[in-house]
Amino acid sequence: MLYREAGDFKTSYREDSQTFPLRLDRWGYYATLAVAFLVIPLVINDYWANAVLVPFLVYSIAALGLNILTGYAGQVSLGTGGFMAVGAYATYKLSTSFPDISILIHILLAGGITAVVGMLFGLPSLRIKGFYLAVATLAAQFFLVWLFNKVPWFYNYSASGQITAPERTVLGWFVTGPQTSAPAKYLVCLVFAVGLAWIARNLTRGTVGRKWMAIRDMDIAAEIIGVNPLTAKLTAFAVSSFFVGVAGALFFSVYLGAAEVGEAFGINKSFLILFMVIIGGLGSIFGSFAGAAFLVLLPVLLKNVLVGTLGWPTDLAAHIELMIVGALIVVFLIVEPHGLAQLWRLTKEKLRLWPFPH
Amino acid sequence: MTLRFASLVAAAILAAAPALADLVVPNLSYRTGPYGANGTQYADGFNDYFTLLNERDGGIGGQKVQVPECETAYNTEKGVECYESTKGTGALVYNPLSTGITYQLIPKVSVDKIPLYTPGYGRTSAKNGKVFEWVFNAPANYWDGASVIVKHLLDLNGGSLDGKKIALLYHNSAYGKEPIRTLQELGKKHGFTLTELPVDAAAGQEQKSQWLQIRREKPDYVIMWGWGVMNQAAIQEAANVRYPMDQFIGIWWAGSEVDVKPAGAAANGYKSATFHGVGTEYPIYADLNKFVVEPGKASQGGEHVGSVLYSRGMYAALVIAEAIRKAQELSGTPTVNAAQVRDGFEALEITPERLTELGLPDFGPEITMTCENHGGSGMARIQQWDAAAGKWTLISEFTEPDQEVLQPLIDADSEAFAKEAGITLRC
Repeated sequence: MLYREAGDFKTSYREDSQTFPLRLDRWGYYATLAVAFLVIPLVINDYWANAVLVPFLVYSIAALGLNILTGYAGQVSLGTGGFMAVGAYATYKLSTSFPDISILIHILLAGGITAVVGMLFGLPSLRIKGFYLAVATLAAQFFLVWLFNKVPWFYNYSASGQITAPERTVLGWFVTGPQTSAPAKYLVCLVFAVGLAWIARNLTRGTVGRKWMAIRDMDIAAEIIGVNPLTAKLTAFAVSSFFVGVAGALFFSVYLGAAEVGEAFGINKSFLILFMVIIGGLGSIFGSFAGAAFLVLLPVLLKNVLVGTLGWPTDLAAHIELMIVGALIVVFLIVEPHGLAQLWRLTKEKLRLWPFPH
Repeated sequence: MTLRFASLVAAAILAAAPALADLVVPNLSYRTGPYGANGTQYADGFNDYFTLLNERDGGIGGQKVQVPECETAYNTEKGVECYESTKGTGALVYNPLSTGITYQLIPKVSVDKIPLYTPGYGRTSAKNGKVFEWVFNAPANYWDGASVIVKHLLDLNGGSLDGKKIALLYHNSAYGKEPIRTLQELGKKHGFTLTELPVDAAAGQEQKSQWLQIRREKPDYVIMWGWGVMNQAAIQEAANVRYPMDQFIGIWWAGSEVDVKPAGAAANGYKSATFHGVGTEYPIYADLNKFVVEPGKASQGGEHVGSVLYSRGMYAALVIAEAIRKAQELSGTPTVNAAQVRDGFEALEITPERLTELGLPDFGPEITMTCENHGGSGMARIQQWDAAAGKWTLISEFTEPDQEVLQPLIDADSEAFAKEAGITLRC
C-alpha cells in the first residue's frame, strides 16, 4: 500500500539492474542526498558536527571498508584500528612534509598508502582462513600501533608522541584545524562518504564484487570456475584498506584534530568497527551506515536523554548506557542475526503487502 | 527517528543550559572506564569546593557557580562531545584531567576563546604564555615534577647522581612520554643513565617483563609515570620482586591511596611527588563538613574527602575560583566571561597568606602568573606512604625545579609548536 512497485515498469536491462529499481526507493535516496547536501549544512552547529554527524560519517566509511573485506570477500579482519592509524599517520606525514598540496589529495594518498600496507598484511590470507586469519590481522593491529609509538619519525619527534593536524584549507575554507566551521567539516566527510559508498556499491555488483562473493561462499569452488584467489583476496584487502585508510585520515585530520595511536586506534577501535559491520549487516552498503549510526548515535542519544533530560548522575548514566547498548546488540542479533540491513529488507517486504498481507 | 533524536537533543540542551547569570565551570570528569577509580575522587573534590563556595559565600562575588558534569571516560572522542555540548552554555574554563583530551582542546580553546586550566598535567610547554595564550598549567607541570624528583634523589645522594642508574616506568601514551626528554637532559647534567620502560596503556596490569628487567638491571631508582590500574600493578610487582619501596618514586598521578592500598603493608615507604597537601587537618574541612558534607550536598556523599586526588580536585577548583575572583576584580563586574577569566588567570597571584585565608595554610605553593609564565613556579614536594597509619606523609618542603634545564626545553617545544601552527608570539 505505502510501498508499491505496481506500475513501475522497466523496458531495458540497464533500468532493471539499477541500484534502486523502485521509484519510491529512488526518490527516498535523492531526497536523503538533497537533505544531506543542501539542508543540513545550513543548519548544522558545532555540537551536531563534532559529536554526531562527522563521527557517524567517518565510522560509516570505516565500516564500509571492513564490510568489503569481511562481508563481501569473507576475510575476517581485526586490524581495522591499525589500518586507520596508517591512514592518520600518512596524512600527518604528508601534510606536514608537503604543505602546499591540497589536504584532500593527501587524504586520498593516505588511503593509497593504507591499501599497500593492507595488501602486505593480506598476503597470509592466501594460506590461512577464518579464525587463523583473524589472528594474523590482530598481529597487524598490534604491530602497527607499536610501530607508530616506537618510531619518532612518524610523529615528527614531538615530545609526547601526539600528532596534531595542521590547518589546511580547500578553496579558501578551513577543512582541518581548529578554525574549521561545522558545515565545512561535515561536507568534507559527506563528500568522501557518499563518493566511497557509490564506489563500493558499483564495485560489489560488478565482476570484482562477484569474485569476492564467490571466494566468500566457497573458495575452492570459486577457484574451479576460474576466480584467481590471489587477485580476488588481495584486491579485497587493497580496496578495504583504502576505505579504512581514508576513514583514519578523516578521523584524525577533520574529526579529532589530534590523535595518539594507542588511544585512538587501539584494538577497541577494531572491535567497534567489526561490531558495526555485524550489527549493520554483513555484505550490505546500507548496513554499514546503519551499523555506524547504531553504535555512534545511540550512545550520544542515551547520554543526552539520561543526563540532560532525566538529570541522572553522569557515572550512573554511563554505566546504564553501556548496559542498554549491550542489551540492544544482543536483542538485535537474536531477533535478526543478519543485522539491521536484513531488518530493513524485511520491513520493506512487509510494507509492500501492508495492510493486506494475505 | 532522526527528528525525534533532534528534538530530544534540543530538549536535553535546553534542560542542561543553566541560568545565564551564573558562572559556569564544566567538570569534564571520568567516573567510569579504566581510570574511573582515580577520576571519581578528583571530580568529587572539584564539585565540593564549588558547592562550598555556593553554600557558604553565595558563590564567587555574589554569583553562584554552576558545575555541569560530563562523563568522558578518559576517552578523547567523548571528551570532544563533552566539550562541544558544554561550551555553548557559557563555560568559563575547562579542566579535563586527561593529557590526551588536553592536546585535543588546546587548538580548539584558542579559537573558541575559553581558557584551559591543566594543573599538573597536559602539555608542559603550555607554560610559555607567549605561545599558548589560552592555556594555564600552574602550579607545576610534568617536567617540574621530573626535576623535583631528581633533586630529591640528589639530596639523598649528597648532591651527586654520577654513575647511578635510573629506570623510568611509564604509561605508553602522550602523558607517559612527556618527561623522557627532560630526564634525558637531567641525566646528561647529573651523570645518571636512564632506562626507559614503557607499559602499554591498554594492558596496564601486564608488567611482568618490565619488572623482570628491573630485577635484572637493578637500577638505583625507579621513577614511575603511571595512571589508573597501572600504578597498583606496578607497586604490587615491585613488592613481588622485592624492589626497595623507598627507591621507587612516582609522579603525582602515581601517588594516591587507591594506588598503594592494594599492595597492603608491602607498599610501605613508596614515595611520590605532589604539589599540594593531603588529609583533613586543614581549617577548610570544618566549613566543608558544616556546609557540604553534613547537609548531604557532597558529591557522592563525601566518601573520598581528604584523599590525595580529592585534595587535588579541590585545589584545581580553588585556583579556578581565585582566577574568577581576580577576573571580577579586574573587570569590575561579577558576571565575567571566558575572556575576562583568561585575564584573571594571567594576573593571578596566590600568596601563602591568601591560602591561609582560604583555610588551607601551606597547602600549595605560591602561584604568580604573568603573560610569559602560565605555569607558576613549578614547585613540588615529595610525600611518602605510611602503610601502618594508612596515610601519606610529606617528607620534603616545596622545592624549586631546575629551571636552567627546563626553560630551554619549554622554549624549544613551544616555539616548534608556534611555527607549526603559525602563531605569532605575544608579550
